[in-house]
Amino acid sequence: MQMVIDILSWVLLVAGGVFMVISAFGVNRMPDVYARLHAASVADTLGAGLLIAGMMLQAGPTLVTAKLVMILAILFFSSPVAGHALARAALVAGVRPHVDHPEESGEACGPEFNVEAIPHETVREDVKLIPSLGGRRPASRKAAAEPKTAKPKTSKPTRTAAKPARKPAKKG
Amino acid sequence: MFVAATLAILVSLVLLVVRALKGPTVFDRLVAANSIGTAAILLLAVVGFLTGRPEFLDIGITYALLNLIGTLAVLKYFRFGDLAHSGGEEPED
Repeated sequence: MQMVIDILSWVLLVAGGVFMVISAFGVNRMPDVYARLHAASVADTLGAGLLIAGMMLQAGPTLVTAKLVMILAILFFSSPVAGHALARAALVAGVRPHVDHPEESGEACGPEFNVEAIPHETVREDVKLIPSLGGRRPASRKAAAEPKTAKPKTSKPTRTAAKPARKPAKKG
Repeated sequence: MFVAATLAILVSLVLLVVRALKGPTVFDRLVAANSIGTAAILLLAVVGFLTGRPEFLDIGITYALLNLIGTLAVLKYFRFGDLAHSGGEEPED
């Protein structure tokens, strides 16, 4: 019985290590930040899950297993939150997804990156893009968002008067 | 068997550090930093089993809690340039 548990634990630990290495390779090889998030999530789910399952088989029903379950639960809840926040922050900062065939991939992620396709709240008008991070507001945005004058955030007179130079010229 | 898992995690750590140093945008570095945090938690757990000291798991739990908060804090800092900002409005310089 002990030998069966040992062999099973071996298999789980080695598989978890393989998935960790695969995830790290993916983070290095993927083309842009969204694809790298996809690769990084492999380590948080399969890598951590298999490694911790292997360790739980070695520990037996003790306090150590309870702590391992706690680590697994924290990872399973925190890594999607971190990934979502990262992807959303990259999108709001203006990092565009990389596509191989822009003409086939629809409106949402072509080279023009038609921001009308994503909800209006996602890329807000008052977001200050950071050019050193690759943030660049698409050109079609200004003409598309011009009729929508309901922008309560930027309508404060002190703020617009304080720094007119850094903002993208959206008022024309 | 824990030696094999430790070596795999160390190899993945090296690769992730390469991406964290190379990453063109700050978000690439943050993806790598988040994965480095996960790999550090697992490395702590595996080394704890390897050396017969499962007390390392408590440190791993602390790392797991701090990893999310650290990522969100760095994201907020690079978005607003200020950690005390409420997030609803544009930052004032």
